[in-house]
Amino acid sequence: MPGLPFWPQRASAYAGQVDFLFTCLLVITVLTVGLVFFLLFFFANKYRHGSNAVRHEPTRKTWRWEVSWTAATLVVFVGLAVWGASLYVHLYNPPEDALQIFVVGKQWMWKAQHPGGQREINALHVPVNQDVRLVMASQDVIHSFYIPALRIKQDVVPGRYETMWFRADRVGRYHLFCAEYCGTDHAKMGGWITVMNPRDFADWLQAQGGQETLAAQGQQLFHRYGCSGCHEAGGTVRAPNLNGVFGSPVPLSDGSVVIADERYVRDSILNPKGQVAAGYAPVMPTFKGQVSEDDLAKLVAYIESIGPNRSGTS
Amino acid sequence: MSDRVLGIQYSTLAQERETVTLGMWAFLATEVLFFGALIAAYLNYRIWFGAEFIAAASLTKVALGTANTAVLLTSSACMAMAVITFDAGSKRAPVLWLAATALLGLAFVGIKGTEWFLEYQEHLVPALNFDLPRYGGIAEIFFIFYFCATGLHALHLLIGISLVSWLAWRIGTGRLQPGGSTTRLIGLYWHFVDIVWIFLFPLIYLAGRNM
Amino acid sequence: MHAPRNETYLNATVGIRSWLLTTDHKRIALLYFAGITFFFFIGGIAATLIRFELLTPGPTLGSADLYNRLFTMHGIIMVWFFLIPSIPTTMGNFILPMMIGARDLAFPRLNLTSWYLYMAGGLITLTALLLGGVDTGWTFYTPYSTFYATGYLILAVFGIFVSGFSSILTGLNFIVTVHKLRAPGMTWYKLPVFVWSTYATSVILVLATPVLAMTLLMLLAERVLHVGIFSPQLGGDPILFQHMFWFYSHPAVYIMILPSMGVISEIVPVFSRKPLFGYYFVVWCSIAIAVIGFLVWGHHMFVAGQALYASLAFSFLSYLVAVPSAIKVFNWTATMHEGWIRFDAPMLYAFGFIGLFTIGGLTGLFLAALPIDVHVTDTYFVVAHFHYIMVGGAVMGYFAGLHYWWPKITGRLYPDYWARFAAILAFFGFNLTFFPQFILGYLGMPRRYQTYPPEFQIWHVLSSAGASILAVGYALPLFYFAWSILRGPRASANPWGATGLEWSTRSPPPPENFATTPTVIRPPYQYVRGEPLMQAGDV
Repeated sequence: MPGLPFWPQRASAYAGQVDFLFTCLLVITVLTVGLVFFLLFFFANKYRHGSNAVRHEPTRKTWRWEVSWTAATLVVFVGLAVWGASLYVHLYNPPEDALQIFVVGKQWMWKAQHPGGQREINALHVPVNQDVRLVMASQDVIHSFYIPALRIKQDVVPGRYETMWFRADRVGRYHLFCAEYCGTDHAKMGGWITVMNPRDFADWLQAQGGQETLAAQGQQLFHRYGCSGCHEAGGTVRAPNLNGVFGSPVPLSDGSVVIADERYVRDSILNPKGQVAAGYAPVMPTFKGQVSEDDLAKLVAYIESIGPNRSGTS
Repeated sequence: MSDRVLGIQYSTLAQERETVTLGMWAFLATEVLFFGALIAAYLNYRIWFGAEFIAAASLTKVALGTANTAVLLTSSACMAMAVITFDAGSKRAPVLWLAATALLGLAFVGIKGTEWFLEYQEHLVPALNFDLPRYGGIAEIFFIFYFCATGLHALHLLIGISLVSWLAWRIGTGRLQPGGSTTRLIGLYWHFVDIVWIFLFPLIYLAGRNM
Repeated sequence: MHAPRNETYLNATVGIRSWLLTTDHKRIALLYFAGITFFFFIGGIAATLIRFELLTPGPTLGSADLYNRLFTMHGIIMVWFFLIPSIPTTMGNFILPMMIGARDLAFPRLNLTSWYLYMAGGLITLTALLLGGVDTGWTFYTPYSTFYATGYLILAVFGIFVSGFSSILTGLNFIVTVHKLRAPGMTWYKLPVFVWSTYATSVILVLATPVLAMTLLMLLAERVLHVGIFSPQLGGDPILFQHMFWFYSHPAVYIMILPSMGVISEIVPVFSRKPLFGYYFVVWCSIAIAVIGFLVWGHHMFVAGQALYASLAFSFLSYLVAVPSAIKVFNWTATMHEGWIRFDAPMLYAFGFIGLFTIGGLTGLFLAALPIDVHVTDTYFVVAHFHYIMVGGAVMGYFAGLHYWWPKITGRLYPDYWARFAAILAFFGFNLTFFPQFILGYLGMPRRYQTYPPEFQIWHVLSSAGASILAVGYALPLFYFAWSILRGPRASANPWGATGLEWSTRSPPPPENFATTPTVIRPPYQYVRGEPLMQAGDV
């Protein structure tokens, strides 16, 4: 970018809305700072010691001013809070049929896995004008997946899934940064987000070479780890059949009901005793320490592929 | 905290008494936040992992814990008696009551030590010999809280026992005369340590026991 | 029992023991002043090296590891060993008892103990940093700090833990002093705002610091024992650490700013020769900031994985906490209206404070706006925001107070022209250093980065240039204050024409502050046609 960089690139409609809020805040700030600075300079000059300006007795009734500027401040601030909140909630409502990409952060690189099995390191290729949903995990410490051009970031915390979604509307190449300090090469843990035309994106997917889809790889893992031994028909142990489970409500043994989303599947694999399906004995062994985040993503993709619909939770 | 010579910051003895009393209450407020932070963290896990915490809590020795509660409550009663009898002008009675307080405090520490020893034998001590495959990670987290909370409480109790013993010696040898605030302040501290236990006991021992 | 005419707290007793074993709040204030100045310059050296490193997009000075340890050291030293103690332990210790007409704090020996705890903690942490330091950032997020970071974490954290007790005991001392040791006639609503601000600060010190103590204890337990409640190994939650850490660390920033606001509330009326506009509002705004300040910690965690409704609540409360600060700015400005304004160094620093704090405070509104925070959190925007408040605000306030009470503390005057020059230099140097960082942040430059994309370099160069100017502005006082002590003209009891009780005794004060206990007959900041009416009826 030539010249003095003042403003980041804008790659989505949401980014434009954030910029609008920012600009309004900027205007309010400039006006307020301007007013305060003006008054300070004006009073400093007019009422400097030795000037012959008129000075009345200090009034006792200051509360009129106090109430006025307190009320004005409150009204403006509450308005800003509500505006910001309404825009923020948008981030928590990913659309149903977004393209789902699994991201794993580790010291000091980002790994992405597309549904078709394509893998990337420190890069993410996505199609333009398409909702994209990232399901993210960390292998070690807290990282943060940050795309300034989209005005979004999400901390990636070990031990759980975090999700983030966006819809890029401008083709281009944008910075990807890690934004949570994670050790020696924290500053080098970044790369590029490439937003492509649908044609180019399809070509890119093709060019990554033939590999199986994430779900197909997950199915192989499902057998390799022995899950099918209990969870498929004919298994020796009575375990829930997982067809059609993903995205549906699951009654638990303590009486509560949860939606079977990525988090539920991941937690079931790593900590099966935490949430036991109603009517089943808590006999599933834990796979903690045995399944990598990469493999977990594949298993989740597989379970999702045999479910009726994808979860809409964030 | 001399009762005879007034510091230059005080104009009357009454002012000094009020000031040190407020100081002790302010100090206890900091202790509430100190233990409170630990209890808040504990409550988080208790809510998230209720079943595992209840299972882990059932491994604590509720009989010994209950005995300890009785011991500590009785010791607070003895401390209160010490304050009352000292204010009334007696010298022998408060020393005996203080001795009883300190002895009960030591009994508490002894029973607690026994519990810890038993827990060591049962492989329940995190970082030392916790049987992770058998009990699970959340149970280990429970016992981290258990040892931190009871350990910090025991440390505060030992400090209390030292203060009570010192006070008994001061009164017994005639170095401390009634009219000051020392006895009452140490009493306040002792009661506070008791109150911390009253919070810890149900959280640690009684979780889910009725089920 | 009256001190002889030329006996001051400085010369009443001599020898190193009379200083290291003193219980005089004024001497303890000077002991703190030495420690605080020392740590300020250590933290400043780290800052200089950081700004030097950031002149080029690639490595300039050394490895990434070195850089990571430098910014960690800068944060730890500046937060815990400079900013948090700064005004309360120096000016709070020295001036607060005098302002209320007392002869000392409630617990003088506890006060000395606080100083020893502060120095012990500081030296322990400094040792850790000199041995090689730690690279977690001053925020020590888990599990990086407990299971992955190399370095002297245990030692560094233990030093902070020890100094925390210094904070708690100092706050306790102030609270009890203000409640119980006020002179006859000094009702709560006759107290100068500096006392109210210090009182509010002390409430935070006393209630928030124990939470830090427990958090650090749990952190150390995890680090030493290799099992813990904050790491996913056993099923623990790293976010719990963040909640506990920020529950202290957000109120901590109000510990840093409230005393400075108190100083400005003292200076503006004196140098406007007018009562403070809206005394009751300013007083209750201090209390409001302290209370609401405990309710906003989650605004540090909007992208951490916190629940949606929690984020909404914390955003709203963060907007709320900004209101009392705004009210104070309006009140200070209104105080100057129809005053008789003088531009001595303390007032120039006060002007600087008001300007920079207004900018810094308004940028807090950006951060309270959830979608903007998602973009700029963990970037230089946040770094710029908190430096505007902590350096443009708190440090300017510290220098303002230093220049205001210097004649009282030392009995000497300093050359006003040099002082004003330093104030103006610091103001411009500060803005050049930190304003470009707002731009960097919105552009997306993350914080804690040794290397960065080359298009950001121009802003970093401007920022580093500003830092060199700011450094001169901060170093200058060393020289003219030293000159003032050695050769400065003697100061009268009340060189500024102020009204508080501290100005009714001589400069430097006698050991017991007042020859006789003063009786307070009027509220603070009473001026009639620009002439001061002293608070004390007789001294």
